[in-house]
Amino acid sequence: MAVMDFGDALNLALREEMRRDPRVYCIGEDIVLGVPFGVTKGLAEEFGLARVRNAPISEAAIVGSAMGAAITGLVPVVDMHFADFVTCAMDEVANQIAKSRYMFGGQISCPLTLRMPYGIGRSAGGHHSNSVEAWFVNIPGLKVCIPSTPADARGLLKAAIRDPDPVLIFEHRGLYRVTGDVAEAETLVLLGLADVKRAGRDVTVIATARMVGESLAAAERLAGEGISVEVVDPRSLVPLDREGLAASVRKTHRVVIAEEGPMRGSVGAWLAWVIMEACFDDLDAPIARVAGPNIPIPFSPPLEAFATPGAADVAAAIRRVLT
Amino acid sequence: MYATMLRIRRSEERARELYAAGRIPGFIHLSIGQEAVAAGVCAPLRRDDYLLSTHRGHGHLIAKGGSLRGFMAELYGKATGCCKGKGGSMHIADASVGYLGANGVLTSGCVLAPGVGQSILMRGTDQVAVTIFGDGAANRGPFHEGVNLAALWKVPVVFVCENNFWASTTAHDLATAGGSIAARAAGYGIPGETVDGNDALAVYEAMERAVDRARAGQGPSLIEARTVRFMGHFEGDPQGYRSRGEVEGGRQRDPIARLRAHLEEAKLLDAAHAARVAAAIEAEVQDAVDFAESSPLPAAEDALQDLFVHYPWSD
Repeated sequence: MAVMDFGDALNLALREEMRRDPRVYCIGEDIVLGVPFGVTKGLAEEFGLARVRNAPISEAAIVGSAMGAAITGLVPVVDMHFADFVTCAMDEVANQIAKSRYMFGGQISCPLTLRMPYGIGRSAGGHHSNSVEAWFVNIPGLKVCIPSTPADARGLLKAAIRDPDPVLIFEHRGLYRVTGDVAEAETLVLLGLADVKRAGRDVTVIATARMVGESLAAAERLAGEGISVEVVDPRSLVPLDREGLAASVRKTHRVVIAEEGPMRGSVGAWLAWVIMEACFDDLDAPIARVAGPNIPIPFSPPLEAFATPGAADVAAAIRRVLT
Repeated sequence: MYATMLRIRRSEERARELYAAGRIPGFIHLSIGQEAVAAGVCAPLRRDDYLLSTHRGHGHLIAKGGSLRGFMAELYGKATGCCKGKGGSMHIADASVGYLGANGVLTSGCVLAPGVGQSILMRGTDQVAVTIFGDGAANRGPFHEGVNLAALWKVPVVFVCENNFWASTTAHDLATAGGSIAARAAGYGIPGETVDGNDALAVYEAMERAVDRARAGQGPSLIEARTVRFMGHFEGDPQGYRSRGEVEGGRQRDPIARLRAHLEEAKLLDAAHAARVAAAIEAEVQDAVDFAESSPLPAAEDALQDLFVHYPWSD
């Protein structure tokens, strides 16, 4: 077992997969130097500039060319740089990558991975802070995963790269320097499997990405008051481990769903319905949600802090469902 | 090429009749009048070369060697269609002949093509990727991104602009600053050429030069083939926005008649031979129509198939 940070765990996954399969290559802006998050740092030295491809600022062509390569024999890993910029390639993702296999009756396949660095952090402002995973959960034809730990990041990225279908992996920028245990042996985390990050009896908190850590902090605080909190990380949104989430709720009978994105129309709204449908008779309280306010992420630190859900919000929601 | 153009023409004319008779759902965008571009572009290509196309892609599929039966059945939405009825006219595809699809979003091929070219280079083959798009499509951002990237990567790609001077109902002069799409190539440092898109031989020759350059590792080219759209943007379009003179004038430059005249003059085709070719094509097209008519529609639950290669065990 080694200890490494989330960014290094992703780097390790890329290195392992690129060694394993010569068809795998990386493409994105500034990835040779690995600026700004360092995930692709050092890869060009080992694999060369054809397999670690710096691209011009051309999101539509970066994503579109990756699809062109994927449907003709290569395995691209696209670095979106900031997930917010995916809007510059929305046709390529939503209409081309997601739909072409289906519309062509299964004649082609698109084994492409799209890495999405995202999330609130350090006053980056409205164009560099967004949680956009909900958009893609709503597009049939894409798989979506969202790790919260270095081990899950390494395992999910490997699984995503090996997946013969298009996979988006959401990497919260606030997690890149968070450390955790990572197995020495190559380990995959299969898509479609949730993970209980902390076992408990009184309430289930379903949380994604940065909110997993916030929920664990809230759980630790509340343990001192005799409240036993179970934290479940879906890890994969499409496919979703419904049974894994439901099993926890059947045990605790109370649910808080915690995410960073805006309250309206987000992943948590959909998960709340999933739990309602699977566990209505098991619930002893309405489902509570922790999410961001319905505003773009503002710049000034106190404003940004207002827009950023955290442990205190999760703790308050847990108290609400327990009363 | 003559046979190819005739095959396209007769298939499109039959599709037009069948659509008017209510046999084909949705919309169709016919390429009647533009056959020389399809035939001239595809003639120098191998089966394993790739072609990305537009919403007006019937002729491109046929010229690339796609199955007429699969094509016609797909227009009908039958289970035996090349896309199992999932795509229809605007999303026909035949990967077995390298036809990586018609597309409902214009210009999309311009950004896919550099990646196909990259794949060719990294796999070490001498294949070529061609993307055909219209005059209107050349004004979308991905055209510029795709040409720029292809030029930077020096990929074996040919960008073919099939300029029929109409982007749906919008005239070329009102949409395209600078007037020339071929001239844009110079801005990206690649060869750009304008050809008469109604002259199949001229298209063929320009294409052959571009394909040879690509296979020799000299990178991408842009060809603007100027042609005429005989029918409306879609079937049912009354074309009130075009002058009768313009439409009639276009028909005077019928590319099939033109190639036929050239072949007859060069003594490569006589009336008897032409009649045999016409009869053979008529039989082929009729066979495709019969196949489409007699094929079953897909079962409703088939709608759930073909989304993924690997279906998730959960959800």
